[in-house]
Amino acid sequence: MNTSSHEISLTVNGRAVEATVESRLSLADFLRRELGLVGTHLGCEQGACGACTVLVDGRSVRSCIMLAVQADECELRTVESLAPGLAMHPLQDAFHKHQALQCGFCTPGMLLRCLELIEENPDITDEEAREGISSNSCRCTGYQYIVDAVVEAAEQMRQ
Amino acid sequence: MPTVREHPETLNWVGKSIRRIEDPKFLRGRGNYIDDYSVPNMLEVAIVRSTEPHARIVSIDTSAAEALPGVAAVVTGAAAAEVTDPMPDFGPSPDKHVWRCLAVDKVRYVGEGVAAVAAESRAIAEDAADLVHVEYEPLPPVVDWHDALAEGAPLIHEALGSNVPFHRSFVFGDVEDDYAEADVVVSDVLYWGRSGGQPLETVGAVADYDLGSGMMTIHVNSLTFTSFLFMLAGTLKVPSNKLDMHPHPAGGSFGAKFWEVKTAAIAGMMSKVTGRPVKFMQDRLDNIANGDHHGSDRRYEVSLAALRDGTMLSMKVKVVDNYGAYIQFGVGHHGNSLAQAVGPYRMRSIAYDVTAVLTNKCQQGAYRGFGSEVGNWVLERMVDLMATELDMDPVEIRRKNFIQPDQFPYFIPTGNCYDSGNYEGVLDKTLELADYHGWRRRQAEMRAEGRLVGIGICTCQERSVFSATEFWFWFDQPVGVTSSPESVTLDIDAMGAVTATLYSNASWGNSPETMVAQFAGEELGVDPSEVNVVYAGSNQGLPATGPGGSRFTIMVSGAVEGAANRIKAKAAKIAAHLLEANEDDLEWIDGGFAVRGSPDRRKDLGEIALQAHLFKHSLPDEIDSGLEASFVHDHPYTTLPNADRTDLGVFYPFVGHASHVAVVEVDPDTGKVEFLDYTAVHDCGTCVNPRSVGGQVIGGTVQGLGSTLFEEFVYDGDGVLKTPSFAEYLLPSALDSPALKVGHQETPSPYTPYGIKGGGEAGRMMAPSAICAAIDDAVGIRVRRLPATPERVLDMIEAAED
Ligand code: FES
Ligand code: FES
Repeated sequence: MNTSSHEISLTVNGRAVEATVESRLSLADFLRRELGLVGTHLGCEQGACGACTVLVDGRSVRSCIMLAVQADECELRTVESLAPGLAMHPLQDAFHKHQALQCGFCTPGMLLRCLELIEENPDITDEEAREGISSNSCRCTGYQYIVDAVVEAAEQMRQ
Repeated sequence: MPTVREHPETLNWVGKSIRRIEDPKFLRGRGNYIDDYSVPNMLEVAIVRSTEPHARIVSIDTSAAEALPGVAAVVTGAAAAEVTDPMPDFGPSPDKHVWRCLAVDKVRYVGEGVAAVAAESRAIAEDAADLVHVEYEPLPPVVDWHDALAEGAPLIHEALGSNVPFHRSFVFGDVEDDYAEADVVVSDVLYWGRSGGQPLETVGAVADYDLGSGMMTIHVNSLTFTSFLFMLAGTLKVPSNKLDMHPHPAGGSFGAKFWEVKTAAIAGMMSKVTGRPVKFMQDRLDNIANGDHHGSDRRYEVSLAALRDGTMLSMKVKVVDNYGAYIQFGVGHHGNSLAQAVGPYRMRSIAYDVTAVLTNKCQQGAYRGFGSEVGNWVLERMVDLMATELDMDPVEIRRKNFIQPDQFPYFIPTGNCYDSGNYEGVLDKTLELADYHGWRRRQAEMRAEGRLVGIGICTCQERSVFSATEFWFWFDQPVGVTSSPESVTLDIDAMGAVTATLYSNASWGNSPETMVAQFAGEELGVDPSEVNVVYAGSNQGLPATGPGGSRFTIMVSGAVEGAANRIKAKAAKIAAHLLEANEDDLEWIDGGFAVRGSPDRRKDLGEIALQAHLFKHSLPDEIDSGLEASFVHDHPYTTLPNADRTDLGVFYPFVGHASHVAVVEVDPDTGKVEFLDYTAVHDCGTCVNPRSVGGQVIGGTVQGLGSTLFEEFVYDGDGVLKTPSFAEYLLPSALDSPALKVGHQETPSPYTPYGIKGGGEAGRMMAPSAICAAIDDAVGIRVRRLPATPERVLDMIEAAED
């Protein structure tokens, strides 16, 4: 296959990254395969499910339908950034407490989407949380405990 | 009958909604899912999929693909058949509908694999797959059940001589007498459309065949049914003792990873061919089109007979199930229906005529309920129809027919046993939590405003803990009573820390580690959050069956109990020695042994473990070093079917119950169904972790909602799959899903540890009935075909107006 390569430089979870990538390499494959950040999951590779959600310059993005080369000069956050040390992020803690996950496959993408929602709207309500997460599929939970967790995490994060 | 157990009155950990043991790794993105696992020198696989629904393979040209740099091997179905035997098949006469990991000679559905490519990367493998040229000679496709049955229909499998791999008429009880006695018979034709588990993670496997030792090691996120892995070894032509499977957590299953075996077979086959480790990770299209796990696809002709006062007597069911191109589990799905064929009702008899047909669709597998969810829906549809016919309240007709609490253990006409229940208790709780009567009043007001508001109720069973004996009922000679056990090893190290080893691929979104830790906490007096739970490879493994049919929690509770008892028996000997007491004078209390009557003379498990590990020679001779024990927990209660199959025996005896109330509003312009309220009350005996049970109920209900309102694998008349991605196959979103009010009632099983019953398939087994009843009530016409898509609901509204 004819492929060209590009040099990109970006920040991933606070660290500077420089890489040479094929044009066709998706951002998700770049994160998973080149950087070993396997917390970003692939459910459909088609932009439908949101499992691959990461934050690019603070906005949630489906990394399966964004090319790595498009992330040049961007600042990325993946699930691995949420709790670099022993203590979990308040949002992760709320997910744990409320059992807002079952198989955990949608969870990294869901966490990043929820973080974006809370950052945009620190007083988020049940209804707003439900509408906000409707971007991301979860096949296990039926969403209710995720809504509970988001509202409680927002409360914790306000304090 | 099994022994009736005394359940402890006070429990320390069972019944507490502790945080799940599994979660921290998932929350950190360190789940170690199968696609996160790679080994050096590993190749990756892509599949060449059939574009034809039904065709002969004339030729396959792999030369361009093979010439692509980075490609290690291109294997056609014919070449694969030289290194593999047919796929495992639990169905009747597998030699008449041979199933292989890649199609040979002909393709039988769109998406079936015809060749596999292994290359240095997935991208190269996909590029190469595009270069494989397959020449097909199209055959007429067979898509609908009636076309498959038509005289002279094209044959899916010529060797079978027809498209019917199984047909049988069962009669349980005096059906004709009961019909003769009945005042009223209602009948209907109902269709249940094909949906599927569609977990967010697809199936994957990493296989490594070691030419030197002959060991085939496969890491996989599927294949929970570990006692049957010898069948996969047979397919891969390796000795059964040289296959070692290592489980990875499944990113959801809902049945779809219960025994998805083709992915592991293809990875293993490609590793054998290339001599290198191989990863095959399905993409979504593989999973939808070729994942071997579509759900039931059934057409029912059904009638229900009752007395004028609403007493239900008997039912006649004639069902045709469109299985697709193969039939890997036989008609086990109907065994599941028959396990609870009469629901919670005292019906005296039932006739069940089942015809399995083969067509040019992907084959069925397992999906949450394994066919019994369909039986529930059909029964509840008929109860509602009878209520309408008799002008009875849908609540009262159910209440009138319930099996009563003092009638358990209760044997239903098909032979299965219901262990315990209190259906009226659940119903009353549901009506209260739902504010059923309040909603009826509000409904009247809303209707007066012209709004299409409906309320639906259902009362359904959830059978749990299959023994695979259910699979044998289609053979004339049953093979034997099949236990389907689950095993655990508990190891107490010198510090008194507990490690529990599991032997099946148990983690698929249920909470196996939390369950085991809570049981170990209960039995050994340790804090569950400190229990380490690990998984053994199958080659060093004990017999295990894994999750499926709502079995894991119950089965593993008995395994932990048994292993803990063995540990305590040894610990008691050591404690007796250390305390210079008679073993008989010791009692187990708060995680240690104390001398009865002098609680200060005690040894904690940790102290005992230290002695056991380090000071064997200070202990009595008969005690060897270490403190660990294993236990294989066999199915507590299962029996064989009788010779003429008028009694299928006991194979699903722990029977939960639930009642749901759905309140919906239908948009007359779009046909969209909105939820105004939703209530679910479940009784799965003793809840081990009530919040986890609640999560299963909510998640299962939302899946049931999907099957009811929009999920369907659609094949058009030409056999083309119209729903190959999540853009067409729609999963419920948060906005489609109601906020549930969830209640629990606990009617313990007399036969299981702590009185637990299964709860993992809950929700999906009930929601379709409640939602359809609510839609009926809103638009004034019956739902007869699922999914009730907006388009179909609009048609119903139009029909109601005519
Ligand atoms: S994997 Fe990216 S949206 Fe599904
Ligand atoms: S927890 Fe399984 S998909 Fe969300």
